[in-house]
Amino acid sequence: MSSMQQVLTAGPPVSVKAPRRPPGRRRLRGADFRWAVAFVVPYVAVLLVFVLYPFGYALWMASKPSLYADLIADRSYLTAVVNTLLFVGLGVNVKMFVALLLSGFFLRPRRWIKALLAVYVLPWVIAAAQACVSFHWMLQQEGLVNGLLSALFGIDGPLWFNDRWLGLGANIAVYIWKWMPFWTVIFMAARMRIPQEIYDSAEVDGAIGIRRFVHVTFPLLANIYLLCTLVSTLWAIGDFTTVYLVSGGGPAASTDVLATLGFHYAFDQSKPALAVAAMLSALPVLIPIVLLLMRRLQTSEVEL
Amino acid sequence: MSIASVLEQPARRRPFRLRRAFTEAGSVVLGVIILIWSLAPVYNMFLIALDPEEGEIEFDGNLWPPEPSLEGFRAVITQEARYLETFWHQFGNSFFIGLLTMVLTVLIGSLASFAVSRMRLSKGSLLTNAALLTYAIPASFLIVPYFRIMHSYGLSDNPWAVIAAQVTFATPFAILLLQLYGSLIPFDLDDAARVDGASAVQVYLRIYLPLMMPALAVVAIYALLLAWNDYLYPAVLLAVRNMTVAVTQGQLFSDTDAPWNAMMAAAIIYVVPPIALLFALRRYVVAGLTMAGVPE
Repeated sequence: MSSMQQVLTAGPPVSVKAPRRPPGRRRLRGADFRWAVAFVVPYVAVLLVFVLYPFGYALWMASKPSLYADLIADRSYLTAVVNTLLFVGLGVNVKMFVALLLSGFFLRPRRWIKALLAVYVLPWVIAAAQACVSFHWMLQQEGLVNGLLSALFGIDGPLWFNDRWLGLGANIAVYIWKWMPFWTVIFMAARMRIPQEIYDSAEVDGAIGIRRFVHVTFPLLANIYLLCTLVSTLWAIGDFTTVYLVSGGGPAASTDVLATLGFHYAFDQSKPALAVAAMLSALPVLIPIVLLLMRRLQTSEVEL
Repeated sequence: MSIASVLEQPARRRPFRLRRAFTEAGSVVLGVIILIWSLAPVYNMFLIALDPEEGEIEFDGNLWPPEPSLEGFRAVITQEARYLETFWHQFGNSFFIGLLTMVLTVLIGSLASFAVSRMRLSKGSLLTNAALLTYAIPASFLIVPYFRIMHSYGLSDNPWAVIAAQVTFATPFAILLLQLYGSLIPFDLDDAARVDGASAVQVYLRIYLPLMMPALAVVAIYALLLAWNDYLYPAVLLAVRNMTVAVTQGQLFSDTDAPWNAMMAAAIIYVVPPIALLFALRRYVVAGLTMAGVPE
């Protein structure tokens, strides 16, 4: 059984019948071998020209050690590192956990919940840039949120983008808004693969409601939950649009993350090498996550 | 119902029913919260788009514009709005970049995963790992080298530069998903076809592609949304004339003088094609995500 499938089925009790290659690998014969190589060539070309070469180029651009001294000396870099950690740590974990809970809600057999799901996935389809701009205007002093706050509760809403923590919070909320539907759908697919018999026998043992979630659902989904969280962390570390278009990094670059700070270095301050160095400084975090991801994918692997 | 509820004493039925009523009420409340949460920015888009005045982004206390007007939409469609003089051209750019990203991702991804998982090319797992390794570097972190490299390839302000970037970042996901879904298709089918004298290309075209439709649909939508909605790569690699629509609103995001009713109308128009595609492929997408066959 292939590794990813193990992952989706989340452990032995839920395994599905996978077609298995007869043991003993047969070698590809002449014409077949040439075809197989021809099929792989386009992707290998993409890897070489558009992944390895740019990456090597980036390493070369950021190879001067003095760049990193410049980074440490720049206060906005340290701010961006802290912001990235908060953005990713809070954004990813809150998003994944709520998505896991909501995936159960959306599987309830009700017609109106199916209709609600269609509305709920809308944020995933809307362009991040345009949604972020709408959020940006919504949170202006005269925007929808403050307007409703004063109309409903008589509260004078804050100036959202004049405060670092409010701005950062707004960025995180928009990030969750945009990406939670995608992961909810993934978790729904994983939950649908848990056979009903498991729930039935758990119910006999008295596992219903929260206890069912803690003792049955979560353990079965733990593996895929971890994998999805790792992938999502990688993507969130590179998230540019949300911060760039919701708070715009303001006030005074205090909500910038590494991706937006690098963008400012490169295209506003004409320091491309410094920009690449700032972004590559995340590699010590990124590489262990990828290695962990590969290992998690391979531990359950028999054949790939 | 299970044995447990049959064994319940009649006396315990009432709290059980009460509990169910609470669950229903709770899920309705949750439903309303989800509805407001999901639609708030969309509602805000409509509020601004339906305002007859150009620069109105303030909330004036009306939950619905007192005089809703389609002026914003009209200005977009006739290309009279400022900054949107080339709206349909940019819309065409989005289509070109989105469709080619979609087709190339499906093609390159399916060929590679067919060779690795169905034809069992030796050392093929290296390719899968390379796909995963691509994720070690987020797309946004490569924008500066890309900008330089595309310039040296003579692809400045060329849609193909953006297409290349989007295909690069969409294919790893495509390969992972296709391998996962491909493992559900029995190898006997390939073997039987080979015994009947089918070539590798015929197996790919006649057996692999048709059976993989659900996974291919998911990959296609993923790739299209990635290219259709991306901001950073088109914004950096393209100039105004070759720009995609998603970028225009972003570049003016803090400009209070821009005609925001038209801008938001453009944003609303822009969401229609992906929704249409998602709707058209919904059966395949559901089957692809749940790793099941397409229900007849």
